[in-house]
Amino acid sequence: MAKANFEVPEITGVTEVPAIQPDTMAHLETFRAKPDFMETLGFPGEMPEDWKEKAIEAMGDMLKKYRSLQVFLDACVKCGACTDKCHYFLGTADPKNMPVARQDLLRKVYRRYFTLAGKFFPKLVGAVDLTEEVLQDWYNYYHQCSQCRRCSVFCPYGIDTAEISMAAREIMDRIGVGDKYCNEIIGKVFRIGNNLGLPEPALADTLEGLEEDVYDDTGVKVRYPLDEKGAEILLVTPSADFFAEPHVDGLMGYGKVFHEAGVSWTLSSYASEAANFGMFIGSYENMRKISLRIRKAAIDLGVKRIVFGECGHAWRVAYAFLNTLAGPFDFLDPKYPVPQHILEFTWEQIQAGKLKLDPSANDDMVVTFHDSCNVARATRMGDKPGGQFEIPRNVIKAVCNNYVDMPDGTIKEATFCCGGGGGLLTDDLMELRVKGAKPRMDALKAATEEHGVTHMAAICAICKSQFTKVIPYYGFDMDQIVSVHQLVSNAIILTGQDEGGDEEEESAEDAA
Amino acid sequence: MSFLTVLVAALFYLATVIFVTGVVYRIWLYARVPAPLRIATTPAPVTKGGVVLRMFREVAFFESLFKSNKLLWILAALFHYGLALVLLRHLRYFIEPVPLVVELVQPFGKYAAFAMVLGLLGLWARRFLIDRVRYVTAPSDHLMLALLVLIGLSGALTTFVAHTDVVALKDFALGLLTFDLKPLPGDPLLVIHLVLVAVLMIVFPYSKLLHGVGIFFSPTRNMVDNPREQRHVANWARKLEEENS
Repeated sequence: MAKANFEVPEITGVTEVPAIQPDTMAHLETFRAKPDFMETLGFPGEMPEDWKEKAIEAMGDMLKKYRSLQVFLDACVKCGACTDKCHYFLGTADPKNMPVARQDLLRKVYRRYFTLAGKFFPKLVGAVDLTEEVLQDWYNYYHQCSQCRRCSVFCPYGIDTAEISMAAREIMDRIGVGDKYCNEIIGKVFRIGNNLGLPEPALADTLEGLEEDVYDDTGVKVRYPLDEKGAEILLVTPSADFFAEPHVDGLMGYGKVFHEAGVSWTLSSYASEAANFGMFIGSYENMRKISLRIRKAAIDLGVKRIVFGECGHAWRVAYAFLNTLAGPFDFLDPKYPVPQHILEFTWEQIQAGKLKLDPSANDDMVVTFHDSCNVARATRMGDKPGGQFEIPRNVIKAVCNNYVDMPDGTIKEATFCCGGGGGLLTDDLMELRVKGAKPRMDALKAATEEHGVTHMAAICAICKSQFTKVIPYYGFDMDQIVSVHQLVSNAIILTGQDEGGDEEEESAEDAA
Repeated sequence: MSFLTVLVAALFYLATVIFVTGVVYRIWLYARVPAPLRIATTPAPVTKGGVVLRMFREVAFFESLFKSNKLLWILAALFHYGLALVLLRHLRYFIEPVPLVVELVQPFGKYAAFAMVLGLLGLWARRFLIDRVRYVTAPSDHLMLALLVLIGLSGALTTFVAHTDVVALKDFALGLLTFDLKPLPGDPLLVIHLVLVAVLMIVFPYSKLLHGVGIFFSPTRNMVDNPREQRHVANWARKLEEENS
């Protein structure tokens, strides 16, 4: 079990709602961005003298630009329906991690400066002046929200704390108070093309290595092309897929599926990142700039379709925002939605009988599936509402004989965040990440005890990185996390592939 | 004409003006602020008709609240459905002749006042008994509940305990509508009831009661899930595109 310098919650299989313990997480502050990272993104490097006026001005500007913010700040009646829905509250008991209380950090300032009641009767309606203490609370607690939208499902008015925390981060960025993790990463995308800062030669090298691995494994030459003009499909995938475990096993799977489908495809070194941290910081401008790289890559490479790899928030930006931010995509083949998810692609191939699958290849596992928050509550797959739940499960069931769901109330639209989404996947927030994973760990424990689950499949680079890092704190093993396309990769039998487990002997015979 | 009649009538005219202009302003404001990105909470309907149905389920049955918390849903339903019946019943004071539906509601509407007050007391109790809800409660939340409970109780008392002269009351109400003032029966309970209602109308556009307007504009509930099929570029975002293209 991993060691921690904080108390790791105990998991029981059922997530109890804790009694509130004020300020248990007040100390946790993620590192602030240095001036040059702020300026790269178009924000001031330092806090100006008149930061209060600037912050209120920024809030006023956002209120005119985002109906969500205006309506959500007005509509809340403090009914408490959301108070037991946030995984961070359930894991930390800090009342400021309750969605309504998190929103109120911004709302009480909104009331003070923008509403009659707050101007004249601040005490009565809980309105306060913007002070350094309030700003500190904003910084700490808006970086304890993974923007997973679980609260919004249960709010009678659909108030989405993600919208509030995005707006708060944008307001803070505009007064020079930004978070290092997100802003540094966005800078890397602008400079190099991906979150990890992998330049073209490193990508080419990695992909060549993958081709060799797959060849050694199967005896089939599956290509993992980079910057290939005229390919039919541009695959945009989170850069973690190029080297992290179990992400890379998923990337191997995508390549095998494309190979068997008989379509040409390519990655782009210019748009070598599906993730778009512009969303996490609530910056339309930065989100758009990152999205435009994908448009440019698609035009330069002359592709006909765009497909996204396994990533949660990336699929949200791709599915829900890409067309608006970087469209119109009238230069692509109109027969296909823009963009498509790799699971939509794979499921179509499975239905068309294009893939030869041997689910017994995964017989060593009992698999469950973690619905990623952004995929579940902010996007769709296929034509029907809820396709984002059905299609991943259909694909897993096609390649695995042993599949079970985790308990109701922890999956599909009610899924619990992994604890690392929303731009919080940084070591300085490890305490939050571990505690925030508790509800998911409870559900996994329940599924393990009831059904003997051995592995949890995920379709998001952040979920995969977060889980492999935090589940050891709860007594699980990091190898229990798998990519969905890793399962596909295991089960797929490539055309011309030697079947069975004794390839080496056979190839030895062939050689003789 | 008594001073009281003129005072209550003036208060009602003032309250009506504030209520109507305040609510119209909010509707105008919400309608005018752009919604630059598709942010429907999914699974979401893929057609406009589907969105109308989703919104109807939300407004008429509190669908999301039902998913969230059954006890809270019951209390909210008791209050809101009770209030709806009570309001419907009150139309008898403003319409002559009384429409059939209002006649039919009458026996239920009378007792709905108890459902309403019971629901409110339950909602109020939560603000003391549940630590999480206590934490997010502001003084105004208590005051709002107190106001609504007092309106409900004073109304119920005029119906069930100290009967008011409803014929004279109706004359007064119709007089208000036609700007031809008629004397208001001077029962203290009735006057308290009417003044509190006027206060409620005045605070409505400046308080959390705006949730009744806001719900219709909530982007997570009222958006069609069609972002791959349609671009949705807000005006300010279009300007940004033009500047940077």
